[in-house]
Amino acid sequence: MTVLVIAEHDNAELNDATRAAVTAASKIGGDIHVLVAGKGAGAVAEAAGKLDGVAKVLHADSDTLEKKLAEAMEALVVSIAGDYDAILSPATTVGKNFMPRVAAKLDVMLISDITAVESADTFVRPIYAGNAMLTVKSNDAKKVITVRPTTFEKAGDGGSASVDTIDAPVPSANSEFVSEELSKSDRPELTQAKIVISGGRGMGNGENFAILEKVADKLNAAVGASRAAVDAGFVPNDYQVGQTGKVVAPELYIAVGISGAIQHLAGMKDSKVIVAINKDEEAPIFSVADYGLVADLFDAVPAFEAELEKAGY
Amino acid sequence: MKILVPVKRVVDYNVKVRVKPDQSGVDLANVKMSMNPFCEIAVEEAIRLKEKGIAEEIVVVSIGPAQAQETIRTALAMGADRGIHVTTDETVEPLGVAKILKGVVEAESPELVLLGKQAIDDDSNATGQMLAALMGWPQATFASEVEKTDSGFKVTREIDGGLQTLAIPSPAIVTTDLRLNEPRYASLPNIMKAKRKPIDAKTPDDYGVDISPRLEVVKVSEPPKREAGVKVETVAELVDKLKNEAGVI
Ligand SMILES: Cc1cc2nc3c(=O)[nH]c(=O)nc-3n(C[C@H](O)[C@H](O)[C@H](O)COP(=O)(O)OP(=O)(O)OC[C@H]3O[C@@H](n4cnc5c(N)ncnc54)[C@H](O)[C@@H]3O)c2cc1C
Ligand SMILES: Nc1ncnc2c1ncn2[C@@H]1O[C@H](COP(=O)(O)O)[C@@H](O)[C@H]1O
Repeated sequence: MTVLVIAEHDNAELNDATRAAVTAASKIGGDIHVLVAGKGAGAVAEAAGKLDGVAKVLHADSDTLEKKLAEAMEALVVSIAGDYDAILSPATTVGKNFMPRVAAKLDVMLISDITAVESADTFVRPIYAGNAMLTVKSNDAKKVITVRPTTFEKAGDGGSASVDTIDAPVPSANSEFVSEELSKSDRPELTQAKIVISGGRGMGNGENFAILEKVADKLNAAVGASRAAVDAGFVPNDYQVGQTGKVVAPELYIAVGISGAIQHLAGMKDSKVIVAINKDEEAPIFSVADYGLVADLFDAVPAFEAELEKAGY
Repeated sequence: MKILVPVKRVVDYNVKVRVKPDQSGVDLANVKMSMNPFCEIAVEEAIRLKEKGIAEEIVVVSIGPAQAQETIRTALAMGADRGIHVTTDETVEPLGVAKILKGVVEAESPELVLLGKQAIDDDSNATGQMLAALMGWPQATFASEVEKTDSGFKVTREIDGGLQTLAIPSPAIVTTDLRLNEPRYASLPNIMKAKRKPIDAKTPDDYGVDISPRLEVVKVSEPPKREAGVKVETVAELVDKLKNEAGVI
């Protein structure tokens, strides 16, 4: 049995989501190979070779792979799929974009967003916004899987695999990259932060997010948001936590002015400790919160920051 | 230009489903069903392209039981022109749906297929991409803006790091994200008019597609339960608990 893990990266650095996918692969068993597809991503390939349990790294370098567009990724992965019993990628927006294409081309059913590996052919995944957990056994010869990064440990750096260079085939259909508008922040990335503080509609406007940012800076936290806050234009789309946004599972999640709709809970209820600050004591968010504070956020958040300051943060 | 919009009938997004005690699935008896919200966004976008004079015809297709007709009627009442109902009582996986849709696309030759990014029941996020692969077409998933260009479409996509814009030649597949638009409600006169719009009845066999599932359901279980914790009275108490009780700051 040989398992292929497709690395998530930005051509410069290996993304931690890859480490989670490698751990999922190790639970399936067999040799693990990692595919690094990109442009000028040599350092990423090196880093992938150091991952625990990785036997080989395949490195494909091409202009068409720079942005990992779906058509090019499909062509590349399908070209080497014959060597593998299972193909895994993190369930990021990149993985979600091309992995279903790979599955369809191989005539197998994709197993999306798995949260556990029961055996080499049986997996657990959330459905209905995480209100039910589905255990499925795949009868396909090859398994094509995306992995929810937050539920698997991150593989460490105990490996020393060699890097082989492979060719990138020409994709059949072509989408063309035009531009990108990436959020820049000095704070940790939302899905990788140990502490996340998120604001909802209760924040009132985008400027008010400054009070969350102050707390975030003290705790080295990432800032997230509910859909309502994103829809209202308070913060960019990539802040959205939830069923159809990002899934996070930090040590500490602080929900501020968020009611706790099932779609939001789906993205954060696996956090270790949850704090809710809301002026409505009936808000559903309190039913999942370890610590609830019924208060006006415009009093409570600055006070929280001041208290942290006092405690030396 | 003709636009094809696949729409799925799912549990209404406000319903918190319950797992059946025998772990065979979730209890859907007497539960409110609606059009998948992302499909509503797709229908709305198609109608806006028609209103701008860019599209001439909007065909909606749904694969599912008899009641999926209601979902098609909803789309027709919003402003789609005609429907195709591929009837089956089986649960069809995204791969099977994509294969049926391939048959529909070959029969209808649309220039654009607009799907939801995700069905909120199976949460697969797969069908559009699978259809694109089966057709060998380009795709732009998770769209928050769609613009017609001379050769195809310019699409802005919601990605993990922010936004990305792609140019794709037509024919193409686009899947919708939440910020693309706000779907309209159908007016009463339009609901009446929709009753007279045609719906073609088909079966998976008409497209020669084997829909037997590839994934066997072993069980459907309750997610781990999270108990509500305590209410704290003051911010000082909160900081103290986070520091000394939970040890997370
Ligand atoms: C298809 C679909 C997908 C979705 N996906 C997601 C998703 O991925 N993520 C997501 O978050 N949502 C998602 N939603 C939306 C979800 O259903 C809710 O509408 C949304 O989460 C509500 O956001 P909110 O809690 O910020 O706003 P509201 O529900 O309006 O809650 C605001 C809260 O703020 C509190 N508040 C107001 N002022 C103050 C104050 N001064 N001090 C303290 N508290 C205050 C109020 O008491 C209230 O509880 C989705 C919905 C659909 C249909
Ligand atoms: N049974 C179906 N009938 C019509 N369209 C469907 C069906 N299942 C999925 N789709 C389309 O595919 C999208 C994504 O669904 P999924 O891949 O299941 O998350 C939906 O928003 C629909 O546009």
